[in-house]
Amino acid sequence: MKQCLVVDDSRVIRKVARRILEELAFEIDEAADGQEALNRCKKSMPDAILLDWNMPVMNGIDFLRRLRNEPGGTIPIVVFCTTENDLEHISEAMLAGANEYVMKPFDGDIIQAKFMEVGLL
Amino acid sequence: MTISTVDFDFVAREVKERSGLVLTPDKGYLLDTRLGPLARKDGFASVEEMLRTARVRRDERVLAAIVDALSTNETFFFRDKIPFESVREHIVPKLFAAKGKGARIRAWCAACSTGQEPYSLAMTFEEMRAAGQPIEAEIIATDLSDRVLEKCRAGLYSQFEVQRGLPITHLMKYFSKQGESWRVNDRLRAQIEFRRVNLLEQFNTLGMFDIVFCRNVLIYFDADAKKRTLERIAAQSHPHGFLLMGGAESTLGVTDAFQPTPDRRGLYARNAAWRKAA
Repeated sequence: MKQCLVVDDSRVIRKVARRILEELAFEIDEAADGQEALNRCKKSMPDAILLDWNMPVMNGIDFLRRLRNEPGGTIPIVVFCTTENDLEHISEAMLAGANEYVMKPFDGDIIQAKFMEVGLL
Repeated sequence: MTISTVDFDFVAREVKERSGLVLTPDKGYLLDTRLGPLARKDGFASVEEMLRTARVRRDERVLAAIVDALSTNETFFFRDKIPFESVREHIVPKLFAAKGKGARIRAWCAACSTGQEPYSLAMTFEEMRAAGQPIEAEIIATDLSDRVLEKCRAGLYSQFEVQRGLPITHLMKYFSKQGESWRVNDRLRAQIEFRRVNLLEQFNTLGMFDIVFCRNVLIYFDADAKKRTLERIAAQSHPHGFLLMGGAESTLGVTDAFQPTPDRRGLYARNAAWRKAA
């Protein structure tokens, strides 16, 4: 079973994402900010990370840059999932090492399509 | 829903005559989901009332809108993926082998709906060019509905639409943001010619093609219309041409004008030996 870390400061979003991803046969772990996510990854790298941008403590883009510099940090496939929906943010995310990008609001079809796009399904 | 048999039969006959779509009673749910919004928009109290008006008054505008709503198919970018892989890995190499490397390719998206299919094909060609392939292509995209053709030409898609099937790298490369929507870049839009064509009517003025996409359309036609349409498509296909159909469709048992390509789901090669019956 593939593992996916869902990183979002909204408990509701985490719950929705968990439900969608569990249906796609992922084992889910959750983190409420970038720092918490980084601590999880240092212990064990997941196969996939669904990543919000705007979060307290450490935001998504800072987390991603730190992650990609960690040993084994290039392993997880990172799919951004954020309300930021302009080309500048998308480009910045892709340059920082994201693999795909979801613009909120999302649904099960979008998550499935994007995860297929990056070979997770 | 309480649509009378008379109204259902009437609308089914009109839809079939105008678009070829066969509306069997098990597709009755389409009447509700597709016609509900239309009835509300046009100020009818119910779908039932709209159908009765169309039948009793033979209101041409209402009829055309009904046919339009029922014959428009849902679609998304790079739908099923495999057809576009087939273009890249199988069709273009075969066409180059037959016509010479870099030879001009003519492609037709029949029943292109809201345009995702021809734009996906145009992006496939662009990616091949970027990889150094000498692609010179002309894409004609047609549909029955003026309403969807308008959307095709505008090339304007919602945030929801651009997230179904379109890789983010393609969104960055081929689209620009306009308000809350995304517009296909001029360069890509200029590569496609959109025209209104009813597959039940003459389309030989479109010329001859190397590639024809006709996916998830004939599935709604009866056996006779399916055979006639496929053979008329064959008549517009070069002897080395290809046809792409939907995953659940086949030419087998319908016509031998096209033959399935082994291990390529939905891909058919023009049978060069086939001749249109006089």
